[in-house]
Amino acid sequence: MIDVGLSEFSRWLAATQVSHTIQTTEWIIPTLQTIHILSVAAVFSSAILVDLRIWRLLERDVPLPEVARRFLPTIWPVLFILLLTGSLLIIGEPRRSLLNTTFYLKMALLALAILLTAGLQRSISLSPNFWDRDRRRRMAGRFAATVSILVWCGILFAGRWIAYTQAG
Amino acid sequence: MHQLQDFISYFEDSALADNIRENDLLFPLIESVHVLAICLVVGSILVVDLRLLGLASIDRRVSRVTSGILPLTWSAFAVAIASGSLLFISNATKYLENGYFDAKIILICLAGLNMAIFHAISAKDLPKWENETTPPLRARLAGGLSILLWVSVVTCGRWIGFTMQVR
Repeated sequence: MIDVGLSEFSRWLAATQVSHTIQTTEWIIPTLQTIHILSVAAVFSSAILVDLRIWRLLERDVPLPEVARRFLPTIWPVLFILLLTGSLLIIGEPRRSLLNTTFYLKMALLALAILLTAGLQRSISLSPNFWDRDRRRRMAGRFAATVSILVWCGILFAGRWIAYTQAG
Repeated sequence: MHQLQDFISYFEDSALADNIRENDLLFPLIESVHVLAICLVVGSILVVDLRLLGLASIDRRVSRVTSGILPLTWSAFAVAIASGSLLFISNATKYLENGYFDAKIILICLAGLNMAIFHAISAKDLPKWENETTPPLRARLAGGLSILLWVSVVTCGRWIGFTMQVR
């Protein structure tokens, strides 16, 4: 049922004027993908830098709250550019993602990454030594950082994999 | 030129290259690692470039920004080179014939050259200005050029996928 609905929706979307323009103007899709990847680079690197700081692998001489303040706020506006370019890419090639399990995996991982990042940012801004109070908190912090690294890597992998699993 | 061709076919004809070419999972897998590594290279180097431009991390000395960030940049760069080489040998001849691939390699070399020149010229009197919010023009130029070059590298990289049929 859902599949049929999505298939119908994709067909309708692909027939719109915007989609037609994106499909037929040769440079639009590569350009959107390039902006999308550059934005991924900014978001991914920001998250990873903070995660690695939690593991004390980078910027050990800088307190965690400072590192988090420096990098995490960047994520939100750039995420908006990702949403915009991503949506345009879907409009241009609806079947490529809407009928593709990998795309939904990517979106599920993205939701998880957003929750993790927002949680991390909030906990640190509410109490700067939140992840440094005792041994248990430090372990919990490292666990959260590891999950965050894995989830972000999963998003990038899934993103690349959409190209290989798209419906014919 | 002939020797270069022999050298390249030696790798392209290897069992490893053959595996990457023929295996359905290997190529996308290596490619994903490559994208991941490039994202870290570009994202982390951007932190340094923005500091050189005086646009971010301005409350921190330039040398402290670089020593904090560049270990990640270099590690990711090593992974990008390793994974990129594996992708390259799987179809070396076709990649070399692709203008965007050649441009990408040249642009990476230019980014390296930009960094080397910056180090050669500016590292000497770095202690004199590295505390300032806005570094001198030559440092800002190096930072701006670096952003431009890395954005172009990513652009060429994406364009390779649209101009080359690997299989």
